[in-house]
Amino acid sequence: MQQVSEMDYLRMTGWQKFSYRFVMFFKRFPLLFVNFFKVTLPRFFIKIGLTFKEMGLTIGRAMKYGDWKTRTSFLVFGFSQLMRKQWLRGVMMLVFELMFILYMALFGGQYLGLLGTLGTVETATVEDEYGFGKKIVGDNSLLILLYGLLTILFIIIFVYFWYKNIKASYAAQELVEARQHLTTAKQDMASLLDDQYHKTLLGIPLAGLTIFTIIPIIFMIFVAFTNYDANHLPPEKLFTWIGWDNFSKVFGGEMAKASKFGYTFAALLLWTVIWAFFATFSNYILGMIVAIIINKKGIKLKKLWRTVLVMTIAVPQFVSLLLMSQMLARDGVFNNLLMNWGLINDRIKFLTDPTIAKITIIVVNIWIGIPYTMLISTGILMNIPEDLYESARIDGAGPVKAFFKITLPYMLHVTAPYLITQFIGNLNNFNVIFLLTGGNPTSTDLESPAGQTDLLITWLYKMVMQESAYGMASVISILMFIITAVISLIVYNKSGSVKNEEEFM
Amino acid sequence: MAKKLRSKKAVERGTNIAIYVILALISIIWLFPFFYLVIQSLRGETGTATPYFWPKEWTFNNYIKLFTDKSIFNFPKWYLTTLIISIFVTVIQTIFVLVTSYALSRMRFKMRKPLMNLMLVLGMFPGFMSMTAVYFLLKLLGLTQDMGLVGLVLVYVASSCMGYYVSKGFFDTIPKSLDEAARIDGASRHTVFIKIILPLAKPIIIYTILTAFMAPWGEYMFASLMAFGKQDYYNVAVGLKDMLDKEVADIYFTRFCAGSVIVSIPITALFFWLQKYYVEGVTGGSVKG
Repeated sequence: MQQVSEMDYLRMTGWQKFSYRFVMFFKRFPLLFVNFFKVTLPRFFIKIGLTFKEMGLTIGRAMKYGDWKTRTSFLVFGFSQLMRKQWLRGVMMLVFELMFILYMALFGGQYLGLLGTLGTVETATVEDEYGFGKKIVGDNSLLILLYGLLTILFIIIFVYFWYKNIKASYAAQELVEARQHLTTAKQDMASLLDDQYHKTLLGIPLAGLTIFTIIPIIFMIFVAFTNYDANHLPPEKLFTWIGWDNFSKVFGGEMAKASKFGYTFAALLLWTVIWAFFATFSNYILGMIVAIIINKKGIKLKKLWRTVLVMTIAVPQFVSLLLMSQMLARDGVFNNLLMNWGLINDRIKFLTDPTIAKITIIVVNIWIGIPYTMLISTGILMNIPEDLYESARIDGAGPVKAFFKITLPYMLHVTAPYLITQFIGNLNNFNVIFLLTGGNPTSTDLESPAGQTDLLITWLYKMVMQESAYGMASVISILMFIITAVISLIVYNKSGSVKNEEEFM
Repeated sequence: MAKKLRSKKAVERGTNIAIYVILALISIIWLFPFFYLVIQSLRGETGTATPYFWPKEWTFNNYIKLFTDKSIFNFPKWYLTTLIISIFVTVIQTIFVLVTSYALSRMRFKMRKPLMNLMLVLGMFPGFMSMTAVYFLLKLLGLTQDMGLVGLVLVYVASSCMGYYVSKGFFDTIPKSLDEAARIDGASRHTVFIKIILPLAKPIIIYTILTAFMAPWGEYMFASLMAFGKQDYYNVAVGLKDMLDKEVADIYFTRFCAGSVIVSIPITALFFWLQKYYVEGVTGGSVKG
């Protein structure tokens, strides 16, 4: 489809407009990817290159023009500062260097050497001279990998501080040569509460983020390239590097034929996307409709209706989900009531028939999710100018038409970010699936712990908790990350284009 | 003319009645499970369900047993664990979130944009997968087993600064001229944050506290992984789910209901008390993103 002029676009009917925009949106895709590799990525690397060049130049300058105090700082952190009476800075840098050396000597160094093999000595039981079994503790691949990575990270940080130390030393020298005053410890402290306040604020949160999120994620990425599974469980057994083998189990090659991983992944991915789509939009549309009818003029007890709905937010989710799973069971209360009233003859397999279970999950999710959308849209709906509806009524539009022509476009325009986060959240919605069906029913077509209603995230959970298949689980999580990232990239881009369009109305 | 008006009124009344019927139906659907929960918690007969709706025998035994019969399922301990975790998580997470969003909203520094992008990307990893690494890191720090509570709190709050979006959106709406005026008068950034921004941010502080406090009560995934099957470290969600295991569900279902009621009451009460702030928070967050 060709790009059409604005006049032609305005002449189109609603459906044509929609399909036109739909096609144009997907036509932009290839361009998006090309742009990413042609512009964004090179720019990123150029930026990194420039940073390194800048660092090199600074170090070179300090080497060439630095006095003996600055040059000693190359080896002894903070020496220059100490000599120039910046006690606080100097002492802190020196302490940092000493701590690093101590760490490497006592702890980190040994793991670095073993990182290449992840350990060679297996834990074994040997009989001593009296015939008793004696355990000889060997290498622990897991700890070697984890602590090895930790050590590499520390080395990177160390190098960075080394550079900072040289830069600061030389800067101090230049200041002294220009006969200006160096900042005192007191001034340094004060600036941490003012110009440098972000360092004070972000220091601890970012340290937490690094230790408990970034390092574990890097660790996880490396585990994807090892054979860490139930047969290679530390501390008894060793695991080692196996390259791309885990990935080829999913993506074809000889190994894929022997296992059902590829099929399972595709099947669960499809269901995950379908689920996320329906879960997001059913809640969105229905929640909005509920908000509209509660908002309608002449309806009394508005507060009561809202409070009733909000119960599902207020009661912890695990309670309502676990309860629901019991109520929907084969001899649960729903089936009992329906039987007693004579509405059904056979018990409905709410949670054990694959198709019905999927529908049940989406319906229960509607029960849980509508109140959120209702709360959000209530406020926004009141902002839609009343005269819009008034003029629509005069033009003869009924409430349904008014909803699709006025309410929905307005809401979509305003709440696009909410929809995106909801969609991504639903892709990884662990609670609803796990607590309701546990991923069941199982099927022989799927790789063992996976069930037919499993999302990728619950499959992952079962792989780790039931089968200890850490290597494969890591592969799946890397793939999940790529999928989530691509989807969010696309929709953020889309919502960006929404924002750039002229404001609604 | 008059006839037409009257018919319009009749139509209006008809729609309203239809709406009342729909709303009544919705209310029944929404309240029925909770109503059922309370009834079942008072049921004297065992079993996961009864073929009849109203229990034949009413009793408070389920509640009493929950607190006295601790041999297999130690509910009071789980409750206490969850409460302690919640309180610590609330305090630390609120500070982390407010501090991060203030820095990202008000300060301009070199790493600001890269940092925001990094947090966006990190949020897309399935966080649960890295939990094994976290467990061994905690072990390295000596924060498992007896110190397991500390470890769990750390895990919950460690990446909480990534949830800065809503409060940053709120801080962005506070006019910058307020800061500037104070800084011209000689106030430092720190003073501005404590004395000017925080008092204005009361709704968002309460929203953060409320969501932070509620989260650990329903959290299952991390709690079960960190507990590694040890009952002592269970939170209420993991513990109560264990009561519904196929082998024991027949005996413990009614007790599960009682436990659920006890967990739900304080959370629900707190929520309804602070509901106004919650609505403000989600509405603001959903619009500004």
